[in-house]
Amino acid sequence: MAELDIDTRAAKLGIDWSQVNLDSIQLPPGENFGIESDDEGVYHDDQLEFDTGFGNIIVVDNLPVVPKTKFEKLENVLKKIYSQLGVIKEKGLWMPVDPNTGMTLGYCFIEFNTPQEAQNAKEKTHGYKLDKSHIFAVNMFDDFDRLMNVKEEWEAPQTKPYVPGENLQKWLTDEKARDQLVTRSGPDTEVFWNDARQKNTELVHKRPYWTESYVQWSPLGTYLVTLHKQGAAVWGGADTFTRLMRYQHNMVKLVDFSPGEKYLVTYHSQEPSNPRDASKVEIKVFDVRTGRMMRDFKGSADEFSIGGPGGVAGASWPVFRWAGGKDDKYFAKLSKNTISVYETETFGLIDKKSIKVDNVVDICWSPTDSILSLFVPEQGGGNQPAKVALVQIPSKVELRQKNLFSVSDCKMYWQSSGEYLAVKVDRYTKTKKSTYSGFELFRIKERDIPIEVLELDNKNDKIIAFAWEPKGHRFAVIHGDQPRPDVSFYTMKTTQHGGRVTKLGTLKAKQANALFWSPTGKYIILAGLKNFNGQLEFFNVDELETMATTEHFMATDIEWDPTGRYVATAVTSVHEMENGFTIWSFNGKLLYRNLKDHFFQLAWRPRPPSFLSPEKEEEIAKNLKKYSKKYELEDQDVSLLLSEQDREKRKALKEEWEKWVKQWKSLHEEEKLARQSLRDGEVSDEEEEEDEAKEVKEVEFEDVIEVTEEVVQE
Amino acid sequence: MRPILMKGHERPLTFLRYNRDGDMLFSCAKDHTPTLWYADNGERHGTFRGHNGAVWCCDVSRDSLRLITGSADQSAKLWDVKTGQQLFSFKFGSPARSVDFALGDKLAVITTDPFMERTSAIHVKRIAEDPEDQVSESVLVLESPNGRKRINRAVWGPLNQTIVSGGEDAVLRIWDAETGKLLKESDSEVGHKNTITSLTKSADDSHFITGSLDKTAKACLWDMRTLTLLKTYVSGVPVNAVSMSPLLDHVVLGGGQDASAVTTTDHRAGKFEAKFYDKILQEEIGGVKGHFGPINALAFNPDGKSFSSGGEDGYVRLHHFDSDYFNIRI
Repeated sequence: MAELDIDTRAAKLGIDWSQVNLDSIQLPPGENFGIESDDEGVYHDDQLEFDTGFGNIIVVDNLPVVPKTKFEKLENVLKKIYSQLGVIKEKGLWMPVDPNTGMTLGYCFIEFNTPQEAQNAKEKTHGYKLDKSHIFAVNMFDDFDRLMNVKEEWEAPQTKPYVPGENLQKWLTDEKARDQLVTRSGPDTEVFWNDARQKNTELVHKRPYWTESYVQWSPLGTYLVTLHKQGAAVWGGADTFTRLMRYQHNMVKLVDFSPGEKYLVTYHSQEPSNPRDASKVEIKVFDVRTGRMMRDFKGSADEFSIGGPGGVAGASWPVFRWAGGKDDKYFAKLSKNTISVYETETFGLIDKKSIKVDNVVDICWSPTDSILSLFVPEQGGGNQPAKVALVQIPSKVELRQKNLFSVSDCKMYWQSSGEYLAVKVDRYTKTKKSTYSGFELFRIKERDIPIEVLELDNKNDKIIAFAWEPKGHRFAVIHGDQPRPDVSFYTMKTTQHGGRVTKLGTLKAKQANALFWSPTGKYIILAGLKNFNGQLEFFNVDELETMATTEHFMATDIEWDPTGRYVATAVTSVHEMENGFTIWSFNGKLLYRNLKDHFFQLAWRPRPPSFLSPEKEEEIAKNLKKYSKKYELEDQDVSLLLSEQDREKRKALKEEWEKWVKQWKSLHEEEKLARQSLRDGEVSDEEEEEDEAKEVKEVEFEDVIEVTEEVVQE
Repeated sequence: MRPILMKGHERPLTFLRYNRDGDMLFSCAKDHTPTLWYADNGERHGTFRGHNGAVWCCDVSRDSLRLITGSADQSAKLWDVKTGQQLFSFKFGSPARSVDFALGDKLAVITTDPFMERTSAIHVKRIAEDPEDQVSESVLVLESPNGRKRINRAVWGPLNQTIVSGGEDAVLRIWDAETGKLLKESDSEVGHKNTITSLTKSADDSHFITGSLDKTAKACLWDMRTLTLLKTYVSGVPVNAVSMSPLLDHVVLGGGQDASAVTTTDHRAGKFEAKFYDKILQEEIGGVKGHFGPINALAFNPDGKSFSSGGEDGYVRLHHFDSDYFNIRI
């Protein structure tokens, strides 16, 4: 009835009801589907200005009290002072006058075009001496409310009772010693256990629209940071992920942790409205635990980036590079001709001075010590050679330097425990038409830091990738020409050659363009990403043998878990199809796949360094059999249980299906007559069909027999 | 398993249909001539000439005497299978997308595309015993509530009481075939998230399966009466065609990357594979490769011992299963 009413009503109003689809009207969950509109930032900013409204007004106090005759003169003086500091709005200067006496009251209001100008004017003129008896007192108009409400008497701040926090490292105490990983796909961000035994993931926490751009683990795995319009937030805790702290920074784009997780650096840049201007950059450094902002840096993008060797501009993230070690003591910024090194005690420059190095283009910290390596390219058309130098911080003493000739580019690679530094040097050939590459290898921990020069067997080979073995003394290089380059392994330590770098071996013609060492060393994945469509070769460098060659088609990302037991390879949404990730064992055995559409990111939760001493680790490695026994038994139990569970699950599924089919069959039987009548009474129909079905089955059995016969013949 | 390659069409295949006895295979393609093949050896038996546009769909009567085809030339035609002669032509103002004979072959459901001012619609036609008596009037016309979105497929429900339709709006609908009332819509929570490309009934009409371009590209089995989702098969690539084995509990999905993107990516990226799944356990069993374009059509022989696939590449591949196929245990 109600529908009829609506229909007649619609007809009256001339609405074609059939054209209106109510179901197509769906109210979005949340305000904006979690999708941020491109102009949201602009829109938001506008609103902010409306809300506060008076943010661009300042109040100037302690002005001379003047009669009407001198009013104009004073006004002009004020205008002169303040128009230097910003644009005063039309009729934006208002000096109240006592209506009885005609005298001014000794203060005025000035309205600027923008709150920034007002702020600037306040800072610059507060305490300005107009003359001996008139010293300006300038306040923001908005501050007045706050200032008026200050209580007369001082109140002692209350001490809050201490609430013990959650164990932020509980995930490390997992009984099965599993590792966690976070993925982003579609709107969801999910944290999983990688349960390789069960060949599946176990969900820890899932939340749609958890972050507005990406997520990142802190270097020791304690926190997960999410980015939002208002700033960044870190999450962690014992069981579920709870928000531990927020860091206010509007429209934050990038974040970076200090290696010891003490500080968080957030980055925001605003495209300039005038394309000729450089974009504005704001960087804040927060204390992770307290959430306090320690220092902020503002400026144009040029100040935070330097022209690269090819003259390419653009801020390279991270802008601030943290010195190695857990102390988080120093961080450095590179800008034109200067290196600014800050220390975190005062968040000021060391010795209050930057280090001046003409034309420096690249700096790199040692991962463990406060040693900075820097590269200065050739100048004056080759008159002044290029230079690689090591500088000790905070003493700023140059530990070692090397001049290099006819260099086109340099790249520095530190070994993860800071023992070696490899510098890849691209040199021009004599004709200057082409370049060739070689390495300069620094042994940091040895006396006087000896330098060795390494050239590849074929000097003209292009170097495609380079990687140090983590915590080890070996490195791998992909060199040669595409599409089938060679891969070589070198060691810095051998017994025969004393302290000389030696080649371990070369693998010819590999489909690889990226190297992924296991975090524990020894194993490496030679990966062919992009053009090679995800070729993977799992290689054991100790034995120099290939463990497995496989493929994750179109893989874009490869990441070892922090223990070096498993590898995740992922196809992210740059490709349309087969998005998701695959987990492999360290030796290239496929463990399980997980398909997820619109897959954006995968990251293993890092682990803090082990507390075991090297001796203890060695002892465990030696007696591995003894220790592993227990786990092998567990593995067996699990796999038994798993197959049992699997069988039961299948049985249940089959039963459920049977039940459904049976139910349907009885219904089908009831309708038999109706069906026959629809077919003009083809009575024998149903039976005939059933007979046919039986026949078919008989034929199937025949097939089986034939097969066994063949076996006998063989 | 050696496939028989049937090269008779010059354009991409659109639809494949076996007759009830399983000895004939009808194929439709974007060229204008539906073709009849011997389902056993893949020899061409004949063609049906008369359409002037891509042929999207066909259906054959239970007695294998009549064929109905729907075409982009804005008509659906009835054919005499024996002679290949056109018996009747239903004219529409927009392309006919899908056709389906009802139980007893006295009714047919034809869907039309949205075109110019017209919205997508489902037409029910009465099929006369004698072609002389055939009239073109529709018994019933159903307008989709989301008419600008194309209905890709409509089939008859049990006892011709209902019609099930699915299309670009990703919603499955059950209509009353008598009154034209919309009875049920699929739950958008569990249902497809993108265009439903294909809809195939099981051999015993108890359930049906739909393929979709949606995110995970899945096929769902739906209870024919209650429209409850029974199973989901995740394919990872867009699904263009689905079929179910009448003999074993197997489901086969075909599809692949969109044809327009094929030339720009690696040939293996397409995944132009007919993928087999266990119907009950929803696990992938295997795949049959061979096409070098997306698979647009799939059909099982009613005896369940062979199946054929039609691709964007213009080939029909007829596969007779090896004996070990019938002994697969997972």
